[in-house]
Amino acid sequence: MQEVLFYIFALLTVLFGFLVVANPFSKNPVTSAMFLVLTIVSLSGLFVLLHAFFLAAVQVLVYAGAVMVLFLFVIMLLDLEAEERRRLRVYSFAAGVIASGAILYVALSSLLRSPLRKELPYIEGSTAALGELLFTPRYLLPFEIVSVLLLVAMVGVVLLSKKELK
Amino acid sequence: MTVGLEHYLTVSAVLFALGILGVVMRRNLLIIYMGLELMLNAANLALVAFSRFTNNLEGQVFVFFVITVAAAEVSVGLALIVALFRRRQTASVEDLTTLKL
Repeated sequence: MQEVLFYIFALLTVLFGFLVVANPFSKNPVTSAMFLVLTIVSLSGLFVLLHAFFLAAVQVLVYAGAVMVLFLFVIMLLDLEAEERRRLRVYSFAAGVIASGAILYVALSSLLRSPLRKELPYIEGSTAALGELLFTPRYLLPFEIVSVLLLVAMVGVVLLSKKELK
Repeated sequence: MTVGLEHYLTVSAVLFALGILGVVMRRNLLIIYMGLELMLNAANLALVAFSRFTNNLEGQVFVFFVITVAAAEVSVGLALIVALFRRRQTASVEDLTTLKL
């Protein structure tokens, strides 16, 4: 049962990821954003299969629920007209396929050649264990610094959105 | 066939390659940014897969931080795109040629 679920979610993830960058439905970036939301949700399903339940919930809440909503706000704020037909379509398509194909070839050939362990070790990774890692002095400092980072990002966004800089 | 570590890493590699394809191939700034988010998600999947298969929970802590930093980065990047659009009225990389010789 778990194998079937893995193959379903993996296929959905790759399919939706492909439809983000090259969807034949419309030239509107809203369509790509919707497919990115679906990619994130099926990736969250893969996280559940990997026993990372807290991260699956955080992925859906933060990534699909806040980041993609922000993306869609900005897409609809910019209000772009549909892209016209590309002139140099073949050139960019060939460059993209060569670049991503090269990286995919390197990653997959090194992956399929290396001896990885086959059995699943038992993991006690529950949310409580993850919280224990984050709130004990093991990873407490990065946790607090990340909150400062979010504050800095907010200040930067407010500054960048001003009409003119005095 | 039991699903092993290499299956998850293959999915992560394919997703990463799709992100790179989006960044290189598309001209719209927002879709390029979505390709960047795809790459980040591929790295997250690889981290969680390794965390599960080596019984080490620190991979999940790293993914927690990556998701948070990605959220901050997306907000700043989109503010930059909005400011650029306000100045130049375009969201296509072909029109951003100020640094060309």
